[in-house]
Amino acid sequence: MWIDPSRPAERALVTHGHADHARSGHGAVWATPETLAIMALRYGTEMGTPMPYGDGFEANGVKISFHPAGHVLGSAQILLEHAGERVVVTGDYKRRFDPTCAPFEPVDCDVLITEATFGLPVFTHPPIEDEIAKLLAARAAQKEGCILIGAYALGKAQRVIAELRRAGYDAPIYIHGAMQKMCDLYAAHDVPLGELIVATGLAKAEMKGAIVIAPPSALNDRWAQRLPDPITAMASGWMRVRQRARQRNVELPLVISDHADWTELTETLLELRPSETWITHGRTDALGRWCELHQLKARALDLVGREEEDEG
Amino acid sequence: MQAFSALIDGLIYTRSRDHKVRLIADYLRSTPDPDRGWALAALAGTLSIATVKAAAIRAMAEERFDPMLFRMSRDYVGDTAETVALMWPEVSADAVAPTVSEVIDLLNSTSRARAPNVLAELMDRLDANGRYALLKLATGGMRVGISARLAKTAFGQAFGVSVDDVEEVWHALSPPYAALFAWGEGKSERPDPADSAFFRPFMLAHPLEDGIVDLDAYAAEWKWDGIRIQIASTGGETRLFSRGGDEVTGAFPEIAAAFNGIGVVDGELLVRGDVQGGEAASFNALQQRLGRKNVTAAMQAEYPVFVRLYDILFDGAEDLRSQPWNARRERLERFAAQLDTVRFDLSAIIEARDFDHLAEIRAAAREAAIEGVMLKRRDAPYLAGRKVGLWYKWKREPLVADCVMMYAQRGSGKRSSYYSDYTFGCWTPDGALLPVGKAYSGFSDAELKWLDRFVRDNTVARFGPVREVEKSLVLEVAFDAVHESKRHKSGIAMRFPRISRLRRDKPADEADTIANLRAMIG
Repeated sequence: MWIDPSRPAERALVTHGHADHARSGHGAVWATPETLAIMALRYGTEMGTPMPYGDGFEANGVKISFHPAGHVLGSAQILLEHAGERVVVTGDYKRRFDPTCAPFEPVDCDVLITEATFGLPVFTHPPIEDEIAKLLAARAAQKEGCILIGAYALGKAQRVIAELRRAGYDAPIYIHGAMQKMCDLYAAHDVPLGELIVATGLAKAEMKGAIVIAPPSALNDRWAQRLPDPITAMASGWMRVRQRARQRNVELPLVISDHADWTELTETLLELRPSETWITHGRTDALGRWCELHQLKARALDLVGREEEDEG
Repeated sequence: MQAFSALIDGLIYTRSRDHKVRLIADYLRSTPDPDRGWALAALAGTLSIATVKAAAIRAMAEERFDPMLFRMSRDYVGDTAETVALMWPEVSADAVAPTVSEVIDLLNSTSRARAPNVLAELMDRLDANGRYALLKLATGGMRVGISARLAKTAFGQAFGVSVDDVEEVWHALSPPYAALFAWGEGKSERPDPADSAFFRPFMLAHPLEDGIVDLDAYAAEWKWDGIRIQIASTGGETRLFSRGGDEVTGAFPEIAAAFNGIGVVDGELLVRGDVQGGEAASFNALQQRLGRKNVTAAMQAEYPVFVRLYDILFDGAEDLRSQPWNARRERLERFAAQLDTVRFDLSAIIEARDFDHLAEIRAAAREAAIEGVMLKRRDAPYLAGRKVGLWYKWKREPLVADCVMMYAQRGSGKRSSYYSDYTFGCWTPDGALLPVGKAYSGFSDAELKWLDRFVRDNTVARFGPVREVEKSLVLEVAFDAVHESKRHKSGIAMRFPRISRLRRDKPADEADTIANLRAMIG
């Protein structure tokens, strides 16, 4: 039995629906109902056993249960219990409020297998309210053009939309066609996103002053050429570093991440105080060093099949 | 500080020059004195805070952060000041951000020893963007892609005055430029230029694509491979300006000191050496000196510089710019006669029977300091910028060599996700490859994708951002010239190398040898 296997496996536990965690072609899959719905949307006829938060099952004497990770809709940590020992795999997680998914629940454990995507002390995600305010100010100053935001199609896009709504922005939001089904799926899971319009095939004039959301790959693509004088924004934790934003030709960096920042990663470790921490993808070296400085036992766990920075 | 840090970030993220000018102009209009004056000085490179050096920032970091975590962070971010700004503890909600002038006053009134503490107290009052702007302001280098000329252009745009008028009064004023802003806002008379020497925009050339020109209408000169320079002198003071209008007097003090004429002349800064005009390494030395505010006597002695003059804009106070090239040339020859021949000479006119003859002369010229031929309309006035049909540059045909790709590095900007910078080599007699150059242009987007894939699939070793590749791909490299170079193990260096073709068909062992390249030295 594998967790988030990168190759087709006979039996797979899947933490959440992002492509580098949820691959297609597994035999049996256990995941939250939301994650299964996302996999079904992406891969067609994916079948699996739904595991609502808190539910579990037993296999080979190991009790397996799913707990909210706060990363995207349906994202879960997986708790493994055997002979009194508890191992938690966080998957990707964050501790901040997110209107589109259930909040992270700290789970007591002996061994914590944590992510470290933003495991460097330079990564502090600012309050999302500040970033949304920055976005709305840029839009107000851009009456003749539009704001084009690059955001990952699963999770980030819906979170940005939901936060815009929470900030009182009730105009239609224009989306790239590739995002429509995922947004519909979120809406069907009681995440209201307000009025969304697919931007494909619309006249330039119609999108003046609009906010348009597209996958990051579409930002410098021909697709973006039909937008009226766009300011290119990107919603990602990597935008914290100026050179990273510049490398991607981003004019309006929005530091919005669905991963734990340095403070969240380290505070979670202090809160849970596992007797051992295994650090997976991301900056295993830096978070490992921090554990050493705080007398926490830790080691790096290298995983295959993970590409740096395709989301965040 | 918030408005200033927003401006700095705006400039960092904005690609368009016009938009940058607009951002600065908006800031200068909406910010009170003396903050905006200090900001203008920071952008124009005329602000210097003696108490803060880069070492102060490293000292601050070492005192507060674990050295290993700091090093890892610094390696990732790539900039010490930004790393410190990002790692610094978040500002408390009740902190009051300092103004730009408060920052300047505090730093100017402290000692070098106390400066790190003063800086740290200021850091505690700012958010991450403010901390970044503070550290950049304190250490000088803003690195926002703004030249002094562009800052002055923005001032001109902000207050509806001409940039040439700004230039004229600029050197008579000093930060925070209160008199400049008072004039800009119409509250006082234009400041007195006080007999100062100032920059006039250069006349520039279009490339001669494939036409021919009539040599009765155009004069031909060599195009020199040095640094374009303008010398302006009032007799009282002499200043040197580079292509963009930035003052470089401090970088070449021996030129300014030797200039004993009054007026404004245009020419090429070159190094006198065995080869008239200098070898490739000396061009690099010139480039390095260009960026300095001061140079040592040793640097002056190592590469003796001189200026080869080719135009005159002012003779004394007389403006010659509206006169035809012919008349200016005559005045220049008379003007140059009074100058020190060690530091100044005249760019010769090429005598050719006709255009074909000129093409022959151009093709035969392989001297290192010659980049090609300039064609200047004999009846044209001296006009700022690039005007169609008046001046042409006609570069030499490039040389080519087949080289083998050795290393690749990720590009910057749009290309940061591609391996787009390639180091290539040629063969030694004993069958080893030695690097002879590095290129990052000349290929199409489709070829770039193919090259990137090649690098990823053929990596044999990694050194930080650099990948060493299997020595199997032949690149045809075009370059303007090849020179002796002590800095390279191969002993040679190329000028302006670029990839002209991918020779996927050619086996690596049939690529050129170092000896082949050496034979092309001009």
